[in-house]
Amino acid sequence: MSAPLALGVLAGAVLSGTSLLYATLGETIVERGGIVNLGLEGILLVGASVGFALAASTGSAWLGLVGAALAGGLANLLFGWLVVSRKANQLASGLAMMFFGIGVSALVGGPFVGAVIKGLPKWRPSFLAALPWVKATTLFNYDILIWLAVPVALLVWWALFKTRWGLGLRAVGESPAAAFAAGRDPSVIQYQGLFAGGVLGGLAGAHLSLSLTLTWAEGMTAGRGFIAIALVIFSKWHPLRAIVGALVFGGAEALQLELQARGADVSPFLLDMIPYVLTLLVLLAWGGARRLAAPAGLGRTFYGSD
Amino acid sequence: MSGDRRSAARRIPPAVLNAGRYGGIVIIVLAVFGGILLAAGKNPIKAYADTFTYTLANAYGFSELLVRMTPILLTAVAVAIPSRLGLINVGGEGQFYLGAWLASAGALGFPHLPAWVLLPILTLLGFIGGALWAAIPGILRARKLVNETISTLLLNYVAPLIVSYFIFGPWRSPESSAYPQSPAFPATARLPSFFNTRIHAGLLIALAALLLYWFLMEKTRWGLQMRSIGGNQEASQRLGIPVAAWIVIALAIGGGMAGLAGMGEVSGIHGRLRQGLSPGYGFTGFLISWLAGGRPLGILFMAFVFAIITSAGDILQITQGLPYSVINILLALLLFVFVARRPAQRIAR
Repeated sequence: MSAPLALGVLAGAVLSGTSLLYATLGETIVERGGIVNLGLEGILLVGASVGFALAASTGSAWLGLVGAALAGGLANLLFGWLVVSRKANQLASGLAMMFFGIGVSALVGGPFVGAVIKGLPKWRPSFLAALPWVKATTLFNYDILIWLAVPVALLVWWALFKTRWGLGLRAVGESPAAAFAAGRDPSVIQYQGLFAGGVLGGLAGAHLSLSLTLTWAEGMTAGRGFIAIALVIFSKWHPLRAIVGALVFGGAEALQLELQARGADVSPFLLDMIPYVLTLLVLLAWGGARRLAAPAGLGRTFYGSD
Repeated sequence: MSGDRRSAARRIPPAVLNAGRYGGIVIIVLAVFGGILLAAGKNPIKAYADTFTYTLANAYGFSELLVRMTPILLTAVAVAIPSRLGLINVGGEGQFYLGAWLASAGALGFPHLPAWVLLPILTLLGFIGGALWAAIPGILRARKLVNETISTLLLNYVAPLIVSYFIFGPWRSPESSAYPQSPAFPATARLPSFFNTRIHAGLLIALAALLLYWFLMEKTRWGLQMRSIGGNQEASQRLGIPVAAWIVIALAIGGGMAGLAGMGEVSGIHGRLRQGLSPGYGFTGFLISWLAGGRPLGILFMAFVFAIITSAGDILQITQGLPYSVINILLALLLFVFVARRPAQRIAR
């Protein structure tokens, strides 16, 4: 791999890995609380469409960002109503959320197909821009979501492992009954986790439409939500390992784009398969080991507090 | 008085009660979706009235409902069979494309065979394509390596790429360079259609599959073994039921059903392989199977309802200028109401 190709892949990995990282962090929080949200794809779509619609109609990408975060959080609260309050099956509810997201995003984004927006402003510190090998790439020319991606991962790690709230969330994820006996309210904690996770999912979607593509197209998330769910397993429910995972998968996508841009004689459709096949291979490689790392109460419904 | 009412209620056959319950759900959901349409500045009454006029109240429209039902009946059975073992197949979409792909390979590969030889071969190829695609998650699950939910989902994104690779590459039709698709199938590779409509023999295949599913599950010892795995996997293992083998077989048969749906669409409707053959048939089948609780008659009823709903999607697009995908909100609401009505344990049999 020549040096410019490697740099190009790295630069691309950061760009496309960012939304994956936010989505993965969001799902990590949710799953640490014992809930699987298979509807993450729908949350990303809602974030992308609401963010784009707001940015296009108000002219402010910042408003779009805030709106996307709120929309993602609200969508996850709706999911919470199903799985926490109504104790519905998590997988079926998650898939219903996916359909909901597809539909709502088509409704919200529909009038803005083809609209032109000013994306999130990018900022490259001048001392980094002066480096010769940086100049030709997009390296360090980043918007706020990319600059904050790693700090947010650290924040999630801190919140999960260093705060009383995180301890409570993880306790609910491991054993809701024990957490309930210790005086925590599992439902309230799960709702909080879902809202936080939804906000991050909304941001993940917004990064796609407000920074990467600067357009809205139906289904533009192209399975990133499902890749993020796999990434949660890949990173063994740990926010810091999620950074590595997001870079690897962002890199797979970037490699595909770089090879295509260089006119490599490989079918783009075969290259497009890389992220999905890689995800499957990684899950395969973890095999049985991941069961030890998963929150013990993941996917189970808790009836005790009624 | 109350005793009278209770005995009156007891006289209502359960099938009617069930139908009433489904009907009630549908009415609530239609009302909520109507509210959303209203909020989007559209006219829900006109949308529903148009849907009725162009589907149920019109012979051609009704025939189109049966055309729409054909693939989703099969993708619903594709979900229902593994669900009896407690397996979640959300990969109908990918299995559909692989079935369509392999059937197309047969149609393009054996153009000189007479129809009575070729069509059974294509049906078999469609089944095998979907079955092989579903066997991958089956083996991974049976060996306890990867959960079938996530693997079937991921493979959904790979299968259409295989189709695209072939229709942009080796199978690209020379006569249509602007619109990538395979050459037209020979006439011998086309499923016969009936009554001057688009209803094709795939509907018979779908109904046969539904019947076979009912017979397999309720009347054979294989079905008993599969249902027993769904009831208690560990106990079944101890009883000597080959659990791992059944997991692979059930997912493969399910995948084969979705593959048949793909075969039916390319051979019965399009007559060639092209992109975007499925507007989410696999996921629709998943919803139908869940809503019907895996019951064959419920699947038939729900497939009919979904055929009407997806027609409504097209009608919204044509008469109200809304994107087709908006209809997914209606599908989601339907599922929301349903999953929220039943606690998790009873669904996750």
